[in-house]
Amino acid sequence: MSGERTMTGPRLDLENGRIEMIHGNGGRASAKLVEEILLPAFDNEWLHPLGDQARFDLPGGRFAMTTDSYVISPLFFPGGDIGSLAVHGTVNDLAMGGAQPLYLTTGFILEEGFPLSDLVRIVRSMAMAAKNCGAALVAGDTKVVERGKGDGIYINTAGIGQIPDGLTLDPSGISPGDVLLISGTIGDHGAAVLAAREGFRLASTLRSDSAPLHSLVQTMMNSGPGLVCLRDPTRGGVASTLNEWARTSGLPIEIREEGIPVREEVRGVSELLGIDPLYLANEGKLLAVCRPEAADRILSAMKTHPLGYEAARIGMVGKDSSRIPVGGVLMKTLMGGTRMVDWLLGDPLPRIC
Amino acid sequence: MGGLRYIEEFRDPALGQSLLSSLKKDAKSLPRSPVRIMEFCGGHTHAFHRFGLLGLLPEEIRMVHGPGCPVCILPKGRIDAAIELAQRKEVILVTYGDVLRVPGSHGMTLMRGRSRGADIRIVISAMEALSLADDNPDREVVFFAIGFETTTPPTAAVLLEAKKRGLKNFSVFTNHVLTPPAMRGILSDSQVDGIIGPSHVSTVIGSRAYDFVAREFQVPLVVAGFEPLDILLSLRMLLAQIRQGKAEVENEYIRAVTPEGNPRSLELIDRVFEKTADFEWRGLGLLPQSALSIREEFSEFNAEKRFGFRIESVSDPGVCECGEILRGIKAPRDCRIFGTTCTPDTPVGACMVSAEGACAAAFHYGTGEAR
Repeated sequence: MSGERTMTGPRLDLENGRIEMIHGNGGRASAKLVEEILLPAFDNEWLHPLGDQARFDLPGGRFAMTTDSYVISPLFFPGGDIGSLAVHGTVNDLAMGGAQPLYLTTGFILEEGFPLSDLVRIVRSMAMAAKNCGAALVAGDTKVVERGKGDGIYINTAGIGQIPDGLTLDPSGISPGDVLLISGTIGDHGAAVLAAREGFRLASTLRSDSAPLHSLVQTMMNSGPGLVCLRDPTRGGVASTLNEWARTSGLPIEIREEGIPVREEVRGVSELLGIDPLYLANEGKLLAVCRPEAADRILSAMKTHPLGYEAARIGMVGKDSSRIPVGGVLMKTLMGGTRMVDWLLGDPLPRIC
Repeated sequence: MGGLRYIEEFRDPALGQSLLSSLKKDAKSLPRSPVRIMEFCGGHTHAFHRFGLLGLLPEEIRMVHGPGCPVCILPKGRIDAAIELAQRKEVILVTYGDVLRVPGSHGMTLMRGRSRGADIRIVISAMEALSLADDNPDREVVFFAIGFETTTPPTAAVLLEAKKRGLKNFSVFTNHVLTPPAMRGILSDSQVDGIIGPSHVSTVIGSRAYDFVAREFQVPLVVAGFEPLDILLSLRMLLAQIRQGKAEVENEYIRAVTPEGNPRSLELIDRVFEKTADFEWRGLGLLPQSALSIREEFSEFNAEKRFGFRIESVSDPGVCECGEILRGIKAPRDCRIFGTTCTPDTPVGACMVSAEGACAAAFHYGTGEAR
C-alpha cells in the first residue's frame, strides 16, 4: 500500500536512523515518518486517506474522529494560548471533514515545577474555547514528568463530531478545473508566535488567528452544493496543504501570488526572518476546493462570515501535467514568472544572511 | 505609515514588466550572445528562483550561480571538527540554524549529532551565545561562527563583549570568510561577462571593494539589492556596460550601500580579526587571505586554540558536483544525484542545504522534476 506514496529522496534508515527536528516540520520529512513507519503499522481503511480526521458510520449517523498534540512555545502569545489552541486545532480538524464538534478529551503532560497559576489560566482558556464551540470536554488525563523532561506543559486533545447526512468532503474528489479558495490572510499565527518567541523581541502588532472554523464551514455548506474538500493549513502552512492535495489527486495545482492575502505586518516579519508566508502556520484559516460553478457562491457566503470576510480565490486545479510535474504546485509570481511551491524546506528557521 | 514601503515598491509588477521589456530590447544589441552573468550571492540565487525571474529573462542572458552561500562553502573538515567538539560533555555548541544540516563526513551532520545527545543550540543572534555562557557557568559555550562579511561584525562585537565581561567559559570557532578573494578565485578560473554584486555584504565592505574586478579582470559588476526590481535594474545596467564595452563597478543598491561601506563594522572586524594565510573553501580549494582568524589579543576566546583540535581536509564524495556548481561551471541539474539521493531533507552536498544554495533553490522552486 505504501508503494503508491513515495516521497523524493532516500527512504528512512529504520535500523540506525533517529528522530530529528526536521521530522516534525509538517513537510516532506514528516510525511516520510508517517508513510514509512506509522502507516505500515496501523494501516486500515479509515486511516489510509491520511486526512485531518477519520470518518466512519455508527448507528445514528456518520461521525468524524481526530487527535492532535500541542507543544507550542511560548505558551501564551498574542491572540491565544496553548489551551485555546488545543481546542481550536482539534475542532478545526473535525470541521474540515464537515463535522460539528460534539465531545473532546484531553491529556496533559506537566513538567515538575510548572506554575499552577499558568495551568489555571490554560484550562480556563480551554474551557472557554470548548464552550464557544459547543463541544463538551468529557474525559481527561494528567501525567507529571521530572523537571527537565518536558517543556512546562504539553497538551493532547481528541474529538468526535457528527457529519451531516449525505455530506462527503474528501480530497479524492478533486478534479481538473476545481477552484481553490482561502478564508482569509495567511501566516498570522506563525508570524505572531515567531515574533513573540523569546529572542526575536520584535515590536509587533501581530496576532494569532487561532479560531474555531466549524461555523464558517456550516455557512459554506448551507450555501449549496459544490464543496469538494477542506483543510486547515496549520503546520507547514498553505504550501504543505496544497502539496498534499496535489499528491493525493495526482493533479497539478496552479496558484497566483497576487491572489493570496497576506497582512503587511506578516510580510514584514517574514522578510526579516527569511521565511515565506506560504509556509507559516495558520490556526483559524481554511483552504477549500470547490467546483468551478459553485466558486463564486461559496466565496460570497464565506465573506458574510466574520472568519471569512477576507476570503479570496487563489488558484485552480490544473487539467494536465504537461507543464507541471504530477502532484506539483505551480505559482504565477507577482513579477509574472512561474515557480514551484515545494514542501517546507528543513526547519522553519530564518536564513542567516 | 508613510515613507518608503520597502517591500511592495520594489516588487511592483508594472515596473517589473517595463524593465523586462527594456531588457529584451537591450539584449538584441549585445556584442555576443549569450552573455554569462554571475550572481555571486546566494541571496540573489534565492531571489531569482523565488520571484520566478529566470524564466522571464531574454535568452541572450545566462545566469550562472556563484559561491556566495556561507554554509555551501564550509569544508567538511570544519563540520567534522564541530561535530567532534559538540560531542564533548562540557560543550554547548551554538550556531545559526542552516549549519545544522550541512553534511560532514560519513553522512554525519550537527543535526544528527544533536539527535544522538550532543548539546547544540540554534541562535538567531550571536549575542544569544553570550547569554548562554552566562546561564551555564559550568559548561563551555562554543559559538560556531560562519558567514561572509555580513555576519562578521556581530561576531566581533560578541568577542569584544566577552572580553569586557571577562567570560571564562566562552569561545568562538570562527569560519568567517571574505568575499573579494573568493571573487578573485572565481574570475581566475571561469569566464563570466558580468557580476551582480552582493547586497548585504556590500553594505559592510562598500562597492569600492570590487574595483579590482573591473580593473584587473575587465568584468563589469553592479551591486544590487535583493528585490526583483533591484535585480532587473542591475541586469539592465550590466547589459549597458557590456554593450558599450565598459567594465566598471556600479551601485544599484544606493539605498543601503555606499562606496566605502560601513566604517563602524569594518573597524569592529579589524579590531578583532586578521586575515588568515589561506582557507580551504568547498569547491574552490585553498584561497590565499580569504578568511579571518581571531587576533592574538583575543586568543583566550579562540576555540581552535582552547580545545586544540585539528581541521582535516576532507574531499567531497565523488558523485557530488558541488565544487563545479560553486564555481559556476555546472548547473544543479547537471549533477547525477540532484533530486534523487541528494534532496533538501537528505543533502549529500552542501549546495542542497541552505535555501541560498544553488541546488536547494533549484530543487525547491524548480520545474520539470517529479517529486
